[in-house]
Amino acid sequence: MNGSPYILSENNSVTLVMLKVLAALIPGVIAQVWFFGPGILVSLLLCGAFAIGFEAFILLMRGIPLKPFLSDGSVLVTACLLALALPTLAPWWLYLLGVFFAVAVAKHLYGGLGQNPFNPAMVGYAALIISFPLAMTQWAAPLGVAQATPNLWEAFDLVFAGAGSISPDAYTSATALDTWKTQVRLGKDAADILGQPIFGWAGGRGQEIVASMYLVGGLLLVSNRLITWHIPFAFLAGIAATAGLLHLLDPALHASPLFHLFSGGAMLGAFFIATDPVTAASTPRGKLIYAGLAGFLTVIIRTFGGYPDGVAFAVLLMNVAVPFIDAYTQPRVFGHKHGGKRGKA
Amino acid sequence: MFSQETRDIITNGLWKQNPGLVQILGMCPLLAISSNVVNALSLGLATTLVMAIASGSVAVIRNIIPHEIRIPVFVLIIAALVTVVELAMHAWVHALYIVLGVFIPLITTNCIVLARVEAFASKRATGHSVLDATMMGLGLTGVLVTLGALREIVGKGTLLSGIDLALGPMAKDWVIPVIPDYHGLLIAILPPGAFIGLGLLIAWRNWMQERRAR
Repeated sequence: MNGSPYILSENNSVTLVMLKVLAALIPGVIAQVWFFGPGILVSLLLCGAFAIGFEAFILLMRGIPLKPFLSDGSVLVTACLLALALPTLAPWWLYLLGVFFAVAVAKHLYGGLGQNPFNPAMVGYAALIISFPLAMTQWAAPLGVAQATPNLWEAFDLVFAGAGSISPDAYTSATALDTWKTQVRLGKDAADILGQPIFGWAGGRGQEIVASMYLVGGLLLVSNRLITWHIPFAFLAGIAATAGLLHLLDPALHASPLFHLFSGGAMLGAFFIATDPVTAASTPRGKLIYAGLAGFLTVIIRTFGGYPDGVAFAVLLMNVAVPFIDAYTQPRVFGHKHGGKRGKA
Repeated sequence: MFSQETRDIITNGLWKQNPGLVQILGMCPLLAISSNVVNALSLGLATTLVMAIASGSVAVIRNIIPHEIRIPVFVLIIAALVTVVELAMHAWVHALYIVLGVFIPLITTNCIVLARVEAFASKRATGHSVLDATMMGLGLTGVLVTLGALREIVGKGTLLSGIDLALGPMAKDWVIPVIPDYHGLLIAILPPGAFIGLGLLIAWRNWMQERRAR
């Protein structure tokens, strides 16, 4: 925990902070609708509804008043981050299970908002990718890869009826990250891989614009002082440095740092997920260590791991280390020689 | 019908001091093997058998074991018994032996076996020691089977899958499809499922305990 002064005012209540975070996600969502079709709106709606349902149910079970906790908006932020991290056009029960793991298991089993050691949205994502690896690699294809993106009704139909009336194959493809990994392992030439339509100028086609919009929204959060610069900066620097080093070692095997920064969940993770005030490190030095290592782990897991993206696992792993990092990076207290553990001894 | 002491030993093993939910001992096999009921039950019973004989034999010779080297003596006795069980399973339930693999010899290092020998059998009469070890073993088996059933139903939608490994091919049809047409929730079968499931079981036990106290 950081030291005082804590500023409490109407202007930075939990509700307002959460609303501002949601607002900062809007540019990314608009870009996603533009390039991948309105499927994301369906999954946002579903995750939001499921999350409020679970939250209300568990609050009732625990005998906690509904209104103050439901209206603080934190569960909506969790739901939206989860929806943005999951593939769109997946069957509805995938979202239901993801939200269950995020809200019921990761948040309330540990005691509710502020008590959870792990980022709820990332727990939901991790549970799903472990359980349904196939469904989690079928992402909506961007315009230019697919013939067309589904309209809103087709999106609803895909989510609720599954492959009943329309084949989802027409609208889905592997992500750029996934394509890169599988084809490099098949021994294909890097230039050939990058020439495929799923790749854009930086990351995946369309995805790079979505990532840029998350960057814009995230910078707004920083300029509004809702988050400090430490975590996003260290997270992205960790990714860039690790990916850059690997790229220098063997450009045929490892994609460029730019690709790593603008594909998958890197930007969303840097500004919106790793910065979760409950589960992230809270001292300035601690934030740099926490996020830098999370960025490093992201690239390592992406490169050498079996799962398509590494952001979730990297953030969860660093969540475990947060109490330790915080304990050793306490700033010097006035009148004491050292900060952290040494100062206390 | 039983003396107070006997009843205490029984309730301690099965509920009050349950090795799985209260002492949290013997976690290694508990978490690794409880992915379905058949594995859980087989390893639980094997452990119970080892515990009962180990506690009995130690209780018989408890007065002639030199105090200073008692732990090596206990471990030797347990290891010898585990070898017997392992060879017996290898001979008679070979398919199951292959599935349980390294976890059968690992019964030797299971804390709960040594814990009951050291804490109970080395100080108490033989009959009570055997009873205590049996009850503790059954308590652990109960937790293992419950966890195994939970993980199997949630993870695969069946019960008793793999029963033919223990009872031979004629038991192939005994598998109960609890949820037909189930896609399976892989996380319940994988290690995280064991931790989440055990956490829920411990929470359930604490909740029962609190309700009873009220």
